Amino acid sequence: MIPGSKRGRLGWIDAAVLAAVATAVVAVGYRVDSVLEYRWDWSAIPNSLYRWDQEAGRWVPNLLMQGFFTTIRLAVLSMIPAALFGAVFGVLRTTGRLFPRLLSRTYVELIRNIPPLVFIFIFYFFISSQIMPILGVEDLVRGASPPTLRSLELVFGPAALIPNVISGVLCLAMFQGAYMTEIVRAGIQSIPKTQTEAGLSIGLSRWELWRRVILPQALRRVIPPLAGQFITLVKDSSILSLISIQELTFLAMETAVSTTRVFEVWITVAGLYFCLCSLLSLAFDRLEKSAVAART
Amino acid sequence: MERMTRAEPLIELDGVSKWFGAFQVLRGVNLRVAEGERIVICGPSGSGKSTLIRCINRLEEHQEGRVVFAGRELGADTTDLAQVRREIGMVFQEFNLFPHLTVLENCMLGPTRVLGMTPADARGRAMEFLDRVRIPEQAGKHPGQLSGGQQQRAAIARSLCMRPRVMLFDEPTSALDPVMIKEVLDVMNDLAQSGMTMIVVTHEMGFARTVADRVAYMDEGSIIECLPPDRFFANPADDRTKRFLSQILSH
Ligand SMILES: Nc1ncnc2c1ncn2[C@@H]1O[C@H](COP(=O)(O)OP(=O)(O)OP(=O)(O)O)[C@@H](O)[C@H]1O
Ligand SMILES: [Mg+2]
Repeated sequence: MIPGSKRGRLGWIDAAVLAAVATAVVAVGYRVDSVLEYRWDWSAIPNSLYRWDQEAGRWVPNLLMQGFFTTIRLAVLSMIPAALFGAVFGVLRTTGRLFPRLLSRTYVELIRNIPPLVFIFIFYFFISSQIMPILGVEDLVRGASPPTLRSLELVFGPAALIPNVISGVLCLAMFQGAYMTEIVRAGIQSIPKTQTEAGLSIGLSRWELWRRVILPQALRRVIPPLAGQFITLVKDSSILSLISIQELTFLAMETAVSTTRVFEVWITVAGLYFCLCSLLSLAFDRLEKSAVAART
Repeated sequence: MERMTRAEPLIELDGVSKWFGAFQVLRGVNLRVAEGERIVICGPSGSGKSTLIRCINRLEEHQEGRVVFAGRELGADTTDLAQVRREIGMVFQEFNLFPHLTVLENCMLGPTRVLGMTPADARGRAMEFLDRVRIPEQAGKHPGQLSGGQQQRAAIARSLCMRPRVMLFDEPTSALDPVMIKEVLDVMNDLAQSGMTMIVVTHEMGFARTVADRVAYMDEGSIIECLPPDRFFANPADDRTKRFLSQILSH
C-alpha cells in the first residue's frame, strides 16, 4: 500500500473508535461533574506559574515554572552523559573482547532488572555521600567568583541547588544510559557483516573500517530511536522528585499541597510535560525528515 | 604458454581443509594460480566454492594446509593481513558497496585511507576506473540509486582502484538479470584482456569457455578436476562433472 494514500479518509472503524472515545470523555466528565461534585477552581494556577515580585517590580517564575525549567535543565544536562554512557558501553558490547562485553552487559542487566525508583534511591545515596564530596561541587560553588557563578547558574540553575541538580543528572544519566547502550548496540549490530567483509577486502584497518564504514551507518540508524529515548528521559525525570530534586513533579506536589487544588495543579503539570515532549518529538521529526531529504 | 613456465605461482593452495563445527567444507584442496592466469570455478551449491576463494584473502580461516599469496603463507600469525588484502581484490555476489557513500567515494576510500593517496589523486584514479567499467556518469550517485549491473561494476571499480595483483569474483552475476549480466561480463572480459589474474566463481559457462585458462569443478569440498576449457567441456574425466555440465548446459 502506498503510504499516505488513505490519509484523510475515514472508514467505519475510525468512526466507531471516535464515537467510543467521545462517549468515554463525556462519561468521565459527567462523573467528575455530578457524581464526584468536584468544585473546579483554577484561580490559583496562574499565580503558581508566575508571580509578581514586589521588590524587583516584575513577573518572576513561581514554583511550577521553576520546576519546569529545572526539568528542562535536567533533561538536557543528563542527555549528554547518558548518550556518552550509551555510546561507550554500546560499543564495548560489540567488541570481540570478553571483559568489556561482560562489563557492559552487567551494567545493562543491572539497571534493566531493578525498578528505576529502587535504583535511584540506592544510587542517589551513593552519589550524594561518595561522589559529590569527591567532585567537590559544593566547595566549588561556594568559592566561585561572581562571573563564574553566573555562568554556572546559567547552566545548572540557582546556585543553592547546583549539587542537587548534578546528583539528579548523574542518576538520570546512569539509568537512561543503559537503555541507550541497548540502542547503540542494536544499531551497530544491524550493520550487515558483509559491510565489514567489503571493507576488509579493500585493506582497511580495523579502525578505519569502524570509523569510515560502520560508525557512519550505525549513527544514522541510531539517531531516531535515541531521539525517542530522549523524550522518555524527559518523562522519566519526574521520578527524581522522590529524591528531592526540585523539578516539575516535586514542586507540583508542593504546590498541590499549598494551594489544595490537587486536580488543577496536576492537570496543569500534565499539560506542561505534554507540551514539552510533543514539541521535542515534532522537532526530532523535522530534523529526521531534513536529514533524509539531504541524503537523497 | 609462457606463463606456465614461471616457477613461482602467485597463489598456492596446498591441501587446504576447513571445518564449520563438525562439518568439513573443504577437503584438502590443491590449486596453483600463476600470475596472469584466469581460473573459473564451478560446482553445485554448497560445494564450498565461496569458502575456498574467501580463504585466499582470509575472510575465512582454514584449519589445515597452506594458503600462500605472493610467496607469503597466510595463517593465524599473519599480523599485516590488511597489507595482503589490499593486493587481493574481491567482488561479491551482493555487490556490498558502502551505501552511505557515493560511488566515487566508494572508490576513493581505499586509495585515500589505505594507500595514503591525496583526495585529488584518488579521485583521478577512481574516475579512471569508473570510466573503464563504463559508469563515469554515475560517480556522484549513491549505490541505492543504481541498477544491479551498475552497482556490480562500481564494486569492480572499487576493487580495481587498489590496483590489486589478483581479482576474486564470487558469483558476480548471480544476483542480476540477463541484460545486466552482459554488462558485467563485458567488463570482466576487458579486465581479462588487460592481463589481470582472476579467480571467478560462476556458472556462466560462455564466460568460462572464452576467458578461462582453466576451469575447475568443485564438489563436496574438493576440486574434482581442473582443465583447460576445451578439454573440460569436451571430455571431462569424472562422472559428476559430466552430470553437472549436462544440467547446466541444458539451460
Ligand atoms: N559461516 C558458516 N557456518 C556454518 N556453515 C557454513 C558457513 N558458511 C558456509 N557454510 C556451509 O558450508 C558449505 C559450503 O558453503 P559455500 O558458501 O562455500 O558453498 P558454495 O559452493 O559457495 O555454494 P553456493 O553456490 O550456494 O554459493 C555449505 O553447506 C554451507 O551451508
Ligand atoms: Mg557461494
